[in-house]
Parts: sequence; C-alpha cells; structure tokens
Amino acid sequence: MTQIEIGTLRVKTGFAEMMKGGVIMDVVNAEQAKIAEDAGAVAVMALERVPADIRLHGGVARMSDPTMVESIIDAVSIPVMAKCRIGHFVEAQVLETLGVDFIDESEVLTPADDEYHVNKWDYTVPFVCGCRNLGEALRRIAEGAAMVRTKGEPGTGNVVEAVRHMRTVSSEIAALQNLRSEQLFTAAKNLQAPYDLVEWVAKHGKLPVVNFSAGGIATPADAALMMQLGCDGVFVGSGIFKSGDPSKRAKAIVEATTNFDNPEIIARVSRNLGEAMVGINISDIPENEIMANRGW
Amino acid sequence: MRIGVLALQGAFREHRSCLRQLGVETIDVRYPHELSGLDGLVIPGGESTAIAKLLASHSLYEPIRNAYENGMAIFGTCAGAILLAKKIEGAREDQIPLGLLNVTIKRNAYGRQIASFETDVPFRGIEGEPVRAIFIRAPRFADLGPDVEVLSERDGEPTAVREGRLLAIAYHPELTGDLRVHKYFIDQVIGS
Repeated sequence: MTQIEIGTLRVKTGFAEMMKGGVIMDVVNAEQAKIAEDAGAVAVMALERVPADIRLHGGVARMSDPTMVESIIDAVSIPVMAKCRIGHFVEAQVLETLGVDFIDESEVLTPADDEYHVNKWDYTVPFVCGCRNLGEALRRIAEGAAMVRTKGEPGTGNVVEAVRHMRTVSSEIAALQNLRSEQLFTAAKNLQAPYDLVEWVAKHGKLPVVNFSAGGIATPADAALMMQLGCDGVFVGSGIFKSGDPSKRAKAIVEATTNFDNPEIIARVSRNLGEAMVGINISDIPENEIMANRGW
Repeated sequence: MRIGVLALQGAFREHRSCLRQLGVETIDVRYPHELSGLDGLVIPGGESTAIAKLLASHSLYEPIRNAYENGMAIFGTCAGAILLAKKIEGAREDQIPLGLLNVTIKRNAYGRQIASFETDVPFRGIEGEPVRAIFIRAPRFADLGPDVEVLSERDGEPTAVREGRLLAIAYHPELTGDLRVHKYFIDQVIGS
C-alpha cells in the first residue's frame, strides 16, 4: 500500500473549495434532504429544527439526534453537514464518529462554552464556523476551521445582517492591503488575530479559506446579492423549507447563485415562487436572542 | 490557444489560475455560445449532482458533445471525471453523464470526507517527481474500454485515464500549485 495522509489541511480546505458557487441547505428529515439534492444543493445541513423554529421554540438548542443525522446521510449522495454547539468538543467527536462530512460549530445552537471554541485541529473532519468580521474569521481559522461563513442573523429571512457582515469582512481585508509592513503588527493586535494570518490576508487580498454567506437569505435575489458582494457560496436555512413551495424555491436559489451576475436569469427564476418565509425585523429581536453575538 | 473552464459550480477559479500561469487564454463557460472556438474545456471538481443539474438547465449537454465531436479536448477532475464517463455507478436516475469516456465511474468510492486523503502518484508522461494527488470524496474508474490508457494508479487502481482527446483524473491537481498536469493537458492532449 502506498503511504496516504488523511485529514490534512489541504484535504479539508480543498473540500470546501469544491462547494464554491453552490448552495448548502438546512434540512430536518430525509424527505427534505432529497428535495435539496434534487434542487442541486452542493450539501445539506442536517438539524432537528431550522433556525426560525429554534427561535420560536426557545430553550436550549443542542446537537441533533444521531439517528436523525444518519437517516439523512443514508438518504442522499451529496455531502452532509451537522451542527455542534460552540465549544462542545464532545458533540463534535460524536458527529465525526457518525461520518458527517463537515461540522458547523454554530451560533444557531446554544453555546456550550462562553470563552473557548473547539480546537478543530484535533479532528479529521473539517469544520466551518461563523464570523461577523475579519478578526473573528481569522481566530476561527487559527483554531483549525477549514471554511468560514459570515453569520448574518439566522432564522429571520432578513438579509440585512448577512450584508453587514460580508461588507465588514471585505472592507477590513481591503484596509489591510493598504497598510505598510510595520503597521500589520498593530493591525493584528487590533483585530485580535494571529499575525501570520493577518500578513497572509494583506498580501493576498482574500481569506485563506472559502467564505460562504449565511443567516437571512430567503430569495434568489438575496443569494445573488451575497454572491455579488463577494462570498463564495450561500447557506440557506429557514428560507427554503419555511416557504410556500420549497422545491421550486430551492431550484431558483441554486440558479441565482450560479448566475449571480445575470439579472435576466434571476428575474426568470424569481417568478411565481409562492410565499417567501415571513421574516423578522432585526430591531424586533430582544438583544439576548441575537444569535450572531454568540462566539468569541 | 483558448481553453474554457466550465464555471457552473466548484473549483473553476483554481483551474483558471493554473491555465493562466501557463500563459493560456481562458474563458469561463456558463452558456452554449461560450464554447465556440475552444481548443479545450476543463470540467472542474465540485458536486457532480449539482453540476449535472446546471448543465441541463443551461442547455449545455449537446453543445459540449458537439464541440468534442468537432475536435475540442476535455479535461475533467473529480466531479468533472464523473460527468465525462459513459456510465455512473450508483448514480441517481436523473444524473446524466456526458457519456464520452469509455469507463464506468463510481462516485464517492473511497468513502466519506473523513476518508479523503493525499498521496504521491507517478504520472505516465510527466517526468521527475511524482504528482501530489489530493483525493476528496473521490470517484473510482472501472470497466475501462480498449482505447483507455491509464496514466496514474494507486495500489493497482487507475486514478487518471486518457482516451484520445479526453483526460479524466480522480484527484485535484488544481489544488497543489504543481502545474505539470495542466501542462500535460495543453501539450500532450490538446497538442497531439
């Protein structure tokens, strides 16, 4: 047998590269997973409740039942992701054992640790983590995340926070590119991020891993908006299966993500999609229920 | 020379970057008219079910087959190799390959992402060090037709194959920074 290496950084980040330009959809059962696969999703996120229902339900949101995750793994041929609580490294161990393809250490669930995230270098399976700004993205990458996603505000159907976080990351990257080398040390201090990653971003003008947009995407135009703002792909949570015609909307969001710079196609696929999810204004959410503020 | 990169979904930017570093003019292909006048087409890695759906919704199947019949070479990596095959084993009924390469291909043949790996493989036609091969939920070739040539293998199983103007590779040379496989496509496959 030839020598092989599993779980290397390139194997993890390379897998994220393969999902670029695609849509990752939240699903709560095998039937929804098949609808997502039929629509052309590049992966599904298996969870017991979509974020909109987690908001409605209240209480502590945890990792999904392993039986439910396995039923989705068995139902589809595309990659399956699942969420663990921030800092809950045992939930992460369990999800790795189940054979999920990617773990989302997610603010959508109730954090298990108010200070530390999971050390993601300890795992063979790759991780994706949320961020609101460049410093948060680089801290997660330093902890071993192979992919990041801007957080937005999950379960709202309101794209405004997704836009805010994407613009913040982009403008902070652009700002680094204008700095002289001696300024980067202080920039690293201010971003609270490791210097070597800050220097890499300043030199290359992008994040070292794939960045998707999440948290509030509900329409094909929302997905295309985030793509035009520079993300590599989109997560759609409640937006699909909380709408009137999930299958049609899922296909439309896939088309709009691929053709994000073609308004004629976005117009065509946006027709007669039925009702979108109702949505919530961010200012109507109590401060302690803002999910994006979870994570450190 | 002009090479198109199918830019529906997946790692198309990496292929574009490899080709440009080799001084080749490239164009992103999303619509049929963009295939005209191409010497070669790269079908990148990505999610093969998603790319197949998008090939259909963008009416690209017949134009790609026609361009190939008219002399265009095609290079598929991972999902791209799956889409080139005559037959996909374990495919969903609606996942239709381009059906050009005389092989059967099995999706996710090495297991789920936790089984993804990298290793060195010698590559027939590329001199010097072996190629670093990154296998990500990679497919496996079987039932090779009589004119299919094996270019690299691992433990006796083919991992890169060629049939005339078609080059199909189960791993991801576009992720390594090593341009020799792209150069092989340009010099040996298009150039032959």
